[in-house]
Amino acid sequence: MSILGNRVLRKEDPKFLTVGGTYVDDIGLAGALHVAYVRSTFAHARILSIDTEEARKAPGVVAVYTAADVDLGPRPPEMPMFNQAMTRSLLADDTVRFVGECVAAVVADTRARAVDAAELVQIDYDPLPAVVDVETALRDETLLFPAAGTNLAMDMTFGTDEHFMDGCEVVVRHQFLNHRVAPCPLEVRAASAEWSPEGRLTQYSSTQAPHGVKSGLAGALALDEAQVRVLSPDVGGGFGAKMGTYPEELLVAWMARRLGRPVRWVETRSESMVGLGHGRGQLQEVEIGGSRDGRILAYRLNVIQDGGAYPAIGAVLPFMTRTMLSGVYDIPKVEFNSRSVVTNTTPTVAYRGAGRPEATAAIERVLDMFAAEIGMDPAEVRRRNLIQKDAFPFTTPTGTVYDIGDYVRALDLALEAADYPALRAAQKQRRESGATKQLGIGLSVYVEITNGMPSSEFGAVEVRPDGTVVVRTGTSPHGQGHVTAWAMLVSEQLGIPIESIEVVHGDTDVVPRGVGTFGSRSLQAGGVAVNQAATAVVERARQLAADLLEANPDDVILDKVGQRFHVQGTPAAGRSWKELAAEAESQGGLTAEVDFTAPGPTFPFGAHLVVAEVDTETGLVEIKRIVAVDDAGKILNPMLAEGQVHGGLAQGVAQALLEEVRYDEDGNPVTANLADYAFVTAAELPSFERIAMETPTPVNELGAKGIGESGTIGSTPAVHNAVCDALVHLGVRHVPMPTSPQRVWRAINEATGKASA
Amino acid sequence: MKVSIEVNGKKEEHDVEDRTLLVFFLRETLGLTGTNIGCDTTNCGACTVIMNGESVKSCTVLAAQADGQKVLTIEGLGTSQDDMHPMQEAFRQNHALQCGYCTPGMVMAAVSLVHDNPNITEAEVREGLEGNLCRCTGYHNIVKAVLAAAGSGGGDL
Repeated sequence: MSILGNRVLRKEDPKFLTVGGTYVDDIGLAGALHVAYVRSTFAHARILSIDTEEARKAPGVVAVYTAADVDLGPRPPEMPMFNQAMTRSLLADDTVRFVGECVAAVVADTRARAVDAAELVQIDYDPLPAVVDVETALRDETLLFPAAGTNLAMDMTFGTDEHFMDGCEVVVRHQFLNHRVAPCPLEVRAASAEWSPEGRLTQYSSTQAPHGVKSGLAGALALDEAQVRVLSPDVGGGFGAKMGTYPEELLVAWMARRLGRPVRWVETRSESMVGLGHGRGQLQEVEIGGSRDGRILAYRLNVIQDGGAYPAIGAVLPFMTRTMLSGVYDIPKVEFNSRSVVTNTTPTVAYRGAGRPEATAAIERVLDMFAAEIGMDPAEVRRRNLIQKDAFPFTTPTGTVYDIGDYVRALDLALEAADYPALRAAQKQRRESGATKQLGIGLSVYVEITNGMPSSEFGAVEVRPDGTVVVRTGTSPHGQGHVTAWAMLVSEQLGIPIESIEVVHGDTDVVPRGVGTFGSRSLQAGGVAVNQAATAVVERARQLAADLLEANPDDVILDKVGQRFHVQGTPAAGRSWKELAAEAESQGGLTAEVDFTAPGPTFPFGAHLVVAEVDTETGLVEIKRIVAVDDAGKILNPMLAEGQVHGGLAQGVAQALLEEVRYDEDGNPVTANLADYAFVTAAELPSFERIAMETPTPVNELGAKGIGESGTIGSTPAVHNAVCDALVHLGVRHVPMPTSPQRVWRAINEATGKASA
Repeated sequence: MKVSIEVNGKKEEHDVEDRTLLVFFLRETLGLTGTNIGCDTTNCGACTVIMNGESVKSCTVLAAQADGQKVLTIEGLGTSQDDMHPMQEAFRQNHALQCGYCTPGMVMAAVSLVHDNPNITEAEVREGLEGNLCRCTGYHNIVKAVLAAAGSGGGDL
């Protein structure tokens, strides 16, 4: 019986549940010093002077560094498509460009003393006008980087056809702000560094990509990669924001080298809220045109992406938005233009979905507005435009090739599970009775891209002479459950129980190569690599057994239950894994390594239906139901897959309803801690109703697509549509996200002509 | 100052700075790193421990305030796979954890919640855990686990 597809409990859990995980800040290094960063309190200012004298004299202080001390020079943006004059110094040199930017570093013998001394660093600033929103940035009146001559970091404009909407009976236009949110992994960033007397760096980092950090450190410190070892032990969440190498981490290594002692750093949550990259931040001009019978003929999206103060991954994400621009719909004409700008805010990075939620939110929301305009049920408008299941592989107008899907079935499953006609009837009743609490039904049918830019991933399987197995993977789990999932893949092939299979990750000395965990790539990249390595080990063992049994390898079979190889029909004479591994020891071991690159991305899809109750007197929204159909191909472990969906749904709901990173007009963050930022809690969510659907992809041998981000991508517009749907009969056309009570209340009052406040 | 705190059944006497928070006493003085820190505003609950039978956020209690008290951390609940507390077991069975960071605090808060209200409802679990943040699970399986444990010794102290 196959172990695949079963709800196998996690191997990781007993440790987490009894003594807790081992996170970077749990690892003490003998004789380590602690660093506290002094961060800019201005969004945009020239630094006139920095007085570190008092701090240097404070108890326990070993060193205080400013830009003048750091000999690593300003770094241009890592991606070549960005304006290369938008350079970043590890510590701000003459100008600070966002609140939270590191200006100085204080190193002391204890963390408390480093923090105390950091308070004593005096910085004299000359404030400059702050550029807080993207439209202001585009006007180039205040430049963040005068040498760049513009605030435009990346231009992806393809032009505009004046006759684009010709032939459309109905055209709906709207501006949406897909607002900025904070990724908020529960574990904030942490790093520590130690150098060997021979000049080799060992760095612990809370990251999704230890090999990426290794390259980042080697590049920044001008080291050979062999001189760097990166360990990411347990990592308390990432959600895309822990993919890159942050200045704080590079400086930790630099300071440890300069001081000749280990250095540790962990940020506070309040630092993390401004220092860790933010997600989203896309201003969208959306236009949709079609016929009165519900056929969509043209769709246009023009976006301005907020890159924050220094262009990073966030600024390039409109590329992903464009890749799935028209979503699940067969639309003859599409148009897309984007410009990414810098502003005096925290840099934007990848956050769960990364460019795809923005695409889905735009089309799913405007499609509902189009449906309202022509007076047709939004489910029916969707149905009339969905790409049909016999159309795959389907090439979109932007040139993306969707692998496989059955969008109509996903929609039908969601509608059936929710009993859509009954919901509409209940809604009608509430509307007719004029109830204070109105019902909204929101739909979203989505497709997304996982393993978007396929790159190689490493997987190795080794059977040890004691009959146990070690799997080494280049993926870097931080909650996803790879230790269990990869063990299941290997167990399936070798017949060895998962209890005897150890999965090793997050140590660049033990795992020679790797890319990491992001973009919902792990199973279809790293999982396939491990699977292929397991296949190779079985073949090698079969060959070895054949030699020992003096048989033809083609006649030797693996008895998975007995965990031994024998000639078909003669089970009495055989060789166990243990025996074969012992035999292979002198020949390099019973081991196989695979570097696997997928031939292309995969495209999970689904349909979400949300029922919301909106109090028309207070504007308060309560989510009553979330029905989620998410198809990520063949499922390896339904329990793990469901967990990924649940977390994704919660984060999607959070963006629609609650969470928003906000700045005042001077660029001061007003949501810079967890008291002010509306992090979603258990109290705001219902239990989820997940409907299973599996359409295996032909792209890889496991039939698997990624499941990490789908929940987020589908749920935000479903919630948003539900809130707006509850009010459409009152004349409310749209409520901007997040749909806070104040915004909802205001929209109702504006629509009904009552005085607005 | 000198504090004497009974932690997981063991008396711990140490000299600490007056301002030492209980969470730092646990993590740094005693090396009990199961209790995590996730914020600096008492919102996230990652540092939740049980003091004299009540759940507290150990980032908001001074070690001095815990002097003479009994503190229970995740390390003092079940200590191995074969010896898990019913709440720990329910978390495992229901996949109520992913990255594990909020987990120790979440488990301690859940034990305390069920201890106080063995016949707890879903709505009460959700309200009761509002002060414990999780970014991975969407709370769905946590709520399921707490409800499952409520009927089977999940509140035992």
